[in-house]
Amino acid sequence: MTQEGYVMRDPTAETAAAQRERLAPPPDLGKATIGLLCISKERSEEFLDTLAERLGERGLEVLRFAKPTHTKPAPEAVLADIVERCDVVVEGLAD
Amino acid sequence: MARAEFVAVVKRECETCKMVGAVLGTLKRNTAGLALYCQDDPAFPEEAGGALDDRSLEQSWKHRVDIVPTLIRMEGGREVARTEGWNRADWARLTGIADIGKDLPPARPGCGSITMDPGMPERLALKFGDLKLASRPIGVGELEDPHEVAYERGWSDGLPVIPPTDLRIARMLGGTTRKPAEILGLIPPNLAECTVEKAAINAVMAGCRPEYFPVVLATIEAALKPEFSMHGLLATLWFSGPVVIVNGPVTRRIGMNWAGNALGQGNRANASIGRALQLVIRNVGGGRPQEIDRSILGNPGKYTFCFAEDETDPDWVPLNLARGHACGSSTVTLFHGDGVHGVCDQRSRDPESLSRSLALTLWSVCHPKLAQWSHAILVLSPDHYAIYKQAGWGRQEIEAGLWQALKRPGRDLIQGAGGVPEGIDPSRAGELVDKFHPGGLLVVRAGAIGGLFSAVIGGWTAQRRASEVQVVSQEIGT
Repeated sequence: MTQEGYVMRDPTAETAAAQRERLAPPPDLGKATIGLLCISKERSEEFLDTLAERLGERGLEVLRFAKPTHTKPAPEAVLADIVERCDVVVEGLAD
Repeated sequence: MARAEFVAVVKRECETCKMVGAVLGTLKRNTAGLALYCQDDPAFPEEAGGALDDRSLEQSWKHRVDIVPTLIRMEGGREVARTEGWNRADWARLTGIADIGKDLPPARPGCGSITMDPGMPERLALKFGDLKLASRPIGVGELEDPHEVAYERGWSDGLPVIPPTDLRIARMLGGTTRKPAEILGLIPPNLAECTVEKAAINAVMAGCRPEYFPVVLATIEAALKPEFSMHGLLATLWFSGPVVIVNGPVTRRIGMNWAGNALGQGNRANASIGRALQLVIRNVGGGRPQEIDRSILGNPGKYTFCFAEDETDPDWVPLNLARGHACGSSTVTLFHGDGVHGVCDQRSRDPESLSRSLALTLWSVCHPKLAQWSHAILVLSPDHYAIYKQAGWGRQEIEAGLWQALKRPGRDLIQGAGGVPEGIDPSRAGELVDKFHPGGLLVVRAGAIGGLFSAVIGGWTAQRRASEVQVVSQEIGT
């Protein structure tokens, strides 16, 4: 019941009818292909190199990706590449 | 010639309408087709036996009546002539009755039509016109407070918002010539389409008046320029948010503040224009603190940060002209600012020493030992500007003087120098280092007299990538 038809208009993009649930993490990383996305901030590569080394020691397959700049979103092509080739992605931030 | 018909619109609360009551009675009796409407009382005018009831104002609105009485001559269902108020010659010409109202004075002005009462045009446009809002209606329950509903739905930046009702949105849309369905662009971070209507809703919520709306639209369009990197500015760990500087005649027209407390609270236009941009980012784009907005601390300017430049001195070249816009144009310029840092200098009396003094504070932007990491705005107060002006310095000389004063030996800045690990790369020890990239310091005039204080607004650390992150300007349309 509304008060005398008091109506406001939605200021949002109206895309959030339902909250999106996060994907459940894979139960086992054993067969997962892991993407490491460098955001091109200072020392991102250094951080991801270390991570790749540790994952490699566990025998996991690791693929590397990079955004051209941390100041803008990743290009569609990079995102598509990750989606097509990886099961899990780690986005690398560093300073 | 097609048969003439007439439409007349009157209201009882109008002395001129009362005066022409008998004339309308004669016209009604002697012409085949007079549609006589009354806006406030269908029993009026008694001399004409009353009128058609137009208390809904539908006919008045459809016939675009601004003044009562209005007499319109129609032919074949189309208007061919009209007259407003009483003018015997005009009424005679329209009706073809040479001695019409011969006992009345030659002319008397009419009164305002009820359709022109404040707020009425938008109300009638919603009711009878083609303005159809596309945004989802949100009903407010009988026991609910609209302000609380807005909070609960996450529409607020923390301060109360004006509930965006259809009437308020329609009034806001009346502030622009642009169509509600026009798409301004994709708002980050969700890259959601923002229509003029969505911008109007958020401008209502921010507290804007309709005459501010073209400034809001220009601000949104400027923020969406790729070189501004609004997504990155939203998502950054740094303190910064968009700072809007408004130039040109629009600042006077809408009553913006460039004088005392220009960077602070108290002026509706300054406050609500900056806030409207932030609400669009939040609501349309989905950019919210502790979500995609990753700022470690933020700054109070992320509620709103908008001010006008002081253009009262004809010798001063305003920021928009310096950036290549035409003289007399109104513009917004957007900078990635992190907050206000005051500079006190009460002892400099010549432009060189003042420049050196201001440069000391400008060097502290981001970190006193980092160079070309972030840009800055210097807001020059009237009293500091007077020192430059007295010496014959204008914008060009001030910018050049500051540029020279902002050079420091690299050996003082390298990592480890002065016992501070932070700093520039040790390889630059032998250089004379500039604080900013070329064009990275914006000089703007604002403030009140009475204090030898100016302000530094630090920038965003991503400005170190000067080609990727740039200050932007946009002309304000209609």
